[in-house]
Amino acid sequence: MAKIPENELARQVMKGDRGAGARLITLLEEGNESAREVMKSLYPHTGKSMIVGITGGTGTGKSTLIDLLIHDFRQSGKRVGVVVVDPSSPFSGGAFLGDRLRMQRHACDEGVFIRSMASRGYLGGLARTTAETIRVMEAMGADVVLLETIGSGQDEVEVIRVAQTCILVIAPNMGDDIQALKAGLMEIGHIYVINKSDLEGSIQALREVEAVLSMKTYPDKAWKPRVLSTVATEGKGIRELVSAIQEHNVFINQGARADRFRFERVEYELSLVFKNELERLVHEGLKGTGKKKKYIRKICDGQSDPYTIIAEVLKNFLKKGSFDPEK
Amino acid sequence: MKSDKKIKVIISKVGLDGHDRGAKVIASLLKEAGMEVVYLGMYQMPEHIIQAAIDEDADVIGVSYLSGEHLTFTQKITEEMQKKGLEHVLFIAGGVIPPEDIPTLKDMGVAEVFMAGTLTQPIVDYIQQQARK
Repeated sequence: MAKIPENELARQVMKGDRGAGARLITLLEEGNESAREVMKSLYPHTGKSMIVGITGGTGTGKSTLIDLLIHDFRQSGKRVGVVVVDPSSPFSGGAFLGDRLRMQRHACDEGVFIRSMASRGYLGGLARTTAETIRVMEAMGADVVLLETIGSGQDEVEVIRVAQTCILVIAPNMGDDIQALKAGLMEIGHIYVINKSDLEGSIQALREVEAVLSMKTYPDKAWKPRVLSTVATEGKGIRELVSAIQEHNVFINQGARADRFRFERVEYELSLVFKNELERLVHEGLKGTGKKKKYIRKICDGQSDPYTIIAEVLKNFLKKGSFDPEK
Repeated sequence: MKSDKKIKVIISKVGLDGHDRGAKVIASLLKEAGMEVVYLGMYQMPEHIIQAAIDEDADVIGVSYLSGEHLTFTQKITEEMQKKGLEHVLFIAGGVIPPEDIPTLKDMGVAEVFMAGTLTQPIVDYIQQQARK
C-alpha cells in the first residue's frame, strides 16, 4: 500500500479497505508508534467476530483444511479473515511463508483477507502481533477469523488465549497413545480432527484420541471435545467439521462463557502490550548509548548478573516515569 | 518493542508453468538473506499474485518464467499493479527469458530481469537496495 497518513488509516481500515488493513498490520509488526494510535480508535469496533484457531503438527493438513473452511464460510456469505503463522529463521531472521499457497481457492475473493506472518522469534505458536492482527481483521469487518498456528509440537498452546474455538489437527502414525496422554497441546482442542484419514493407521489414531479424551473428567455442562475424521484433499468430513465449529460457537455464547472468554483474551492482550511497551521503552532508552553492550560485558566479566542489571534499569525507569540510562 | 523492518517478498510462478525449482531456490535464498518470503507456488494467475501482494503488504513481487509466456503475463501483472495502486512495489522477473525481450519487459514496468545463470548475491543486493524499506 502506498503511504497513507496515519489519521486516515483507522477510517479506511473500518471501511474494510484491504490495503489499509495490510499496511496497519505491517506497522504493528514493525512496532511503529503511530500504529498504536490507530489501534486505539479501532479497538472499540472489535471483539465481535468468531475466532477459530487451527493448530497441530507440521504437515498434518492445517492449511488445506482452512482452504475448505474458507470455502464453506463464504458459501454462507460470511466475510473471512485468515492469519497464518510460520517460523522465522533463528539465523537470518528471514522466513519462508508457505501456507497461503494452499488457500488459493478464494485467491481473488473480495470477502477473504489472508495474511501470512513470520513468528520473528516469538514462542507459543503465534507471532507477537497475531492477537492485534486479529483485531485489525475484526475492524475490517470479518465475521470469522481463522488462525493457523505454526506447525506445533507439544507446547504451542497460546492459540487458546485468542481463539474461542480450537481445532487440533492430527495425522495418523504420529506416535502411540502415550503421546496423546501428555499435557500441553493434546489438551487444548475443542474439536480434534484426524486428517488424512484415508491413510493406514487412521482408525487407530481416532481410537487413541477418543480413548484418551474419555479418561478425562468433565465438570457438569462442560464442553466435551468432538473427534472427527477428514480427508482435506478430497473435502471429506468438512461439513461435519463446520457443524462442530458452529455447535461449539453456540455453546460458548451461552451464559457467562462468552464473557469469560472475552476477559481471558483481553488479559492475554494486556500482558502482551505491557511486555512490548516496557521492552520498547527500555530499548529506546538504551539505543545509541552503548549501555547495553556495557551491561553485557559486565555480566560476561563476572562483575554483575542479569538480575542486578534489570533491577537497576527498572528502578530508574519506575522512579523517573521515563527511561534515562544516564541516571 | 524494537523497530523490526523486514522486506516482504511474494515469489510466484504464473500460468501453466510447472517448473518451480528456480522459484524455490530464490525464495530460500531471500529467506537466508533475512527477508520474509510468501511463496505462492505454481499455477497462479496475475490477479492471485496481486491480491496476495496487497494482503501481505509486500515490498517486492518476484515472478519466475520458464514457459515463454513472460510477455503476456508481465503485461497483465503490471496492468493489475497500476489498477490496484501498487506502483511502490518492486516487480522483478527471472528465469528463461530471451535477452531481446528484456527492454520490452522493462518498458512494461519490470524493474529488473535476472536470467538463468545469475549469481545469487547480486539478486539479494539489488532487492536490498531497491525495495521500499
